[in-house]
Amino acid sequence: MAEVVVGRDKCGEQRLVSLPLSRIRVIMKSSPEVSSINQEALVLTAKATELFVQHLATYSYRHGRGKEAKALTYNDLSSAAEESETFQFLADILPKKILASKYLKMLKEKDEEDEEKDDDGESDDDEAES
Amino acid sequence: MAERPEDLNLPNAVITRIIKEALPDGVNISKEARSAISRAASVFVLYATSCANNFAMKGKRKTLNASDVLSAMEEMEFQRFITPLKEALEAYRREQKGKKEASEQKKKDKDRKTDSEEQDKTRDEDNDEDEERLEEEEQNEEEEVDN
Repeated sequence: MAEVVVGRDKCGEQRLVSLPLSRIRVIMKSSPEVSSINQEALVLTAKATELFVQHLATYSYRHGRGKEAKALTYNDLSSAAEESETFQFLADILPKKILASKYLKMLKEKDEEDEEKDDDGESDDDEAES
Repeated sequence: MAERPEDLNLPNAVITRIIKEALPDGVNISKEARSAISRAASVFVLYATSCANNFAMKGKRKTLNASDVLSAMEEMEFQRFITPLKEALEAYRREQKGKKEASEQKKKDKDRKTDSEEQDKTRDEDNDEDEERLEEEEQNEEEEVDN
């Protein structure tokens, strides 16, 4: 389907959706279980995506730390994904950024925990063996 | 069909414009934040599609329709979108009814760069069947897919 290129709607009339429907359709169709989509569903999904982008941006900005600096940063978004239940599904693609040093420390702590568990397991085994 | 991974991205310029419109004037949006929102939007589309598809399957329908998408929004806890979406749907239906002529004209101009008056007449006749159109479209959609 040929879509009117966005930005060409300068002839006064506000277009219903500004995201390209053809692209939205490609993304929808990339889901293997979907067989077909009617035009209304396509338009609604495109519109919903716009609302979603607005909502994600305003939510992250309002709850974010960049408000004083009048800036929206990646961290504001990943915090939103982490803190808000509705944005939870984004947690995987918006992972929290942490310093490598912090990460290493976390890994170490985790290893230690695991080791403790392993130790317990081993001691059980030992007991069983003896 | 999506042949390249970037086919699953939404155009950055449009995403940026939508973000800018939503935020107060003068807010700086980092490049990283833009691309993150863009990715999030693609994931949102997939998530919504998958939810909507579940509703279609429950209804034993092959084709996703507007009500499936609305149900999906509820399921995804985006109830706040439902009212604006319903409004958009009504506007879309009105647009289809009223401006069909114009949009068909545009589409036709794109499809083939000819616009003879004869074709206009046949299009006009099509307009009389506007009420049946929505259902027809559903079928057409299926046909498109099968091809």
